[in-house]
Amino acid sequence: MKPQSSVPGEDNSADQVAGNGLLHRRALLRGGMVAAGVAGAGIGPGATSAAAEQLVEPPWGLQVGDDTPPYQTPSKFAKNVARTLSNPKFEPRSSIARTPHHLLEGTRTPNGLHFTINHTGIPEIDPQQHRFVIHGLVKRPLEFTLDALLRYPMTSRPAFVECGGNSAPLFSPKPVQADVQALHGLASCAEWTGVSLALLLEECGIDPGAKWFIAEGADGPHLIRSIPLSKGLDDAMIALYQNGEPLMPGNGFPMRLLLPGYEGNMNVKFLRRIKLVSGPVMSYWETQVYTEPMPNGKSYNFDFLNEVKSYITRPSPGLDLKQPGFYEISGIAYSGKGKITKVMVSADGGKSWAEAALEAPIQPKAFTRFRMPWRWDGRPVILQSRAYDDHGSYQPTRPEFVAARGELDAVPSVLAFKNHHCNVITSWAVDHAGKVTHAYA
Amino acid sequence: MPMRKHLALIWIALSLSTEASAAGAVHPNLGTPIRPADVAHWDIEILADGTGLPPGHGTAAEGASIFAEKCSACHGDNGRGTALWRSGAPAPPALINNDVKLKGMDASRTTIANYWPYAPPLFDYIRRAMPWTEPRSLSDHEVYALTAYILAESKVIDAKEVIDARTLPKVAMPNRNGFLPRFPELMPH
Repeated sequence: MKPQSSVPGEDNSADQVAGNGLLHRRALLRGGMVAAGVAGAGIGPGATSAAAEQLVEPPWGLQVGDDTPPYQTPSKFAKNVARTLSNPKFEPRSSIARTPHHLLEGTRTPNGLHFTINHTGIPEIDPQQHRFVIHGLVKRPLEFTLDALLRYPMTSRPAFVECGGNSAPLFSPKPVQADVQALHGLASCAEWTGVSLALLLEECGIDPGAKWFIAEGADGPHLIRSIPLSKGLDDAMIALYQNGEPLMPGNGFPMRLLLPGYEGNMNVKFLRRIKLVSGPVMSYWETQVYTEPMPNGKSYNFDFLNEVKSYITRPSPGLDLKQPGFYEISGIAYSGKGKITKVMVSADGGKSWAEAALEAPIQPKAFTRFRMPWRWDGRPVILQSRAYDDHGSYQPTRPEFVAARGELDAVPSVLAFKNHHCNVITSWAVDHAGKVTHAYA
Repeated sequence: MPMRKHLALIWIALSLSTEASAAGAVHPNLGTPIRPADVAHWDIEILADGTGLPPGHGTAAEGASIFAEKCSACHGDNGRGTALWRSGAPAPPALINNDVKLKGMDASRTTIANYWPYAPPLFDYIRRAMPWTEPRSLSDHEVYALTAYILAESKVIDAKEVIDARTLPKVAMPNRNGFLPRFPELMPH
């Protein structure tokens, strides 16, 4: 990159759009920097001090490299880019693996890093023996093999999948000290390819009495969820591919239900049965697990939508700032209702806000990457992001969220799911030394 | 030749437009018809009103010994939970915790007795998912017995009550009216 003409001690105040050094998002536009008059706004070297050392030829330039594997795996220097496991010894309980958002960029989660929750281990399903049945209130109950589905017209779309329990540590009355992976790692986004469920339902012939359908998995829990038929006819998909390759075993190989924007558990993996019914089945997963006790003594159930949410992934806990100067604030925003329209960022705990740049294409019910140029002056700050969607929804502040949903009496285990569907604003505190911690503001 | 080429183009255009007009209704019809009897082994869900409950019956006394043998390793002695569960980690929960009252928004205080709105889903869940190491290995009699045992230990039913397809739907769950559906009434939010 061509060095910018930076002037030491230049006053950038004209480019500041909010407190504590947030700069106008146009500073991120290539070619727009000079026109916008922000050439010195931190993009340039600025605080760089010691001169670089003389370059030499490194070892990898002097020898033959490694053999080429049939399936690529990350560099050994990127081994830390991995999921965290809740059950590494595979004890008889659920196994939960969280996505390392802080070590990823863009908007597609690599398949090996997509979050998974498996309640009875990962089944080894022979795709040739797997059968998928649609029955119940239909004129013609039908059984489909994977080979049959592979001959159907397919569509591809990005969609995030988020566990209803993602972000649950934020129900704590005090900030749980954990990183973005532990707090928000139960959401991922992939491009899914598969067959429209509506098309298959049409082939079965929908009985007018059908208002819901139940979806069931083929693995040990035989998980079963009730889903409004309207969703099944809208954008539901029998997904066969994930980011271009067959589904990962932990994500539902050989086929899963994809319900864009609906809580993860309803996107039934290892899908083997759909039954059209007149009303919900009231399964364990919808009358006990994915329900939400409220402060008033009542509990929400059938809370399907993943609400609009965002979090800053860089900087974030574990990615401390080494020195004052320019940083790009980068994060993820998404809404189960539709498209992200705006993400506002604050560096002063919500006193002032500035609009972040959103990376195109902005697609409904999928991750959107936001970016905000920032010059950190070395003083303590609190970074926040707040997302808005095209249905008029936006993230609640902490007081707003607590007023509506309450909070726990005591700090929980970071692994606990004390309630579901939390989309409160996330705050990161940066101290004098550049250390980043979880905070409430 | 020009004429044949011309006709060929018309034919291609016609066939393309036919496919295009039917784009939303292309039906490969590659599913195999299946009779209800052939789905029966998978068609096992129990509705909240008890629809689908099979023949058979069980009592808490019968369930106690089955529980000790097949369930207590994960759910603790008499279903009171393990140390792992008490640590707050995601783990098989205590099934019976009569000292805990539902309070505020802490879902970890929910129990079958103080939270579940219906009793038949208990049968449904045990039969389809338990025991963890051998799902679908229990007989319907065993599932009825375990259901009776858990409900009796939870003080929801009398210890002597026989649980079957007729009695289970009638079990009065204390939190029956404790829920507010977000769909469709309260969506979107």
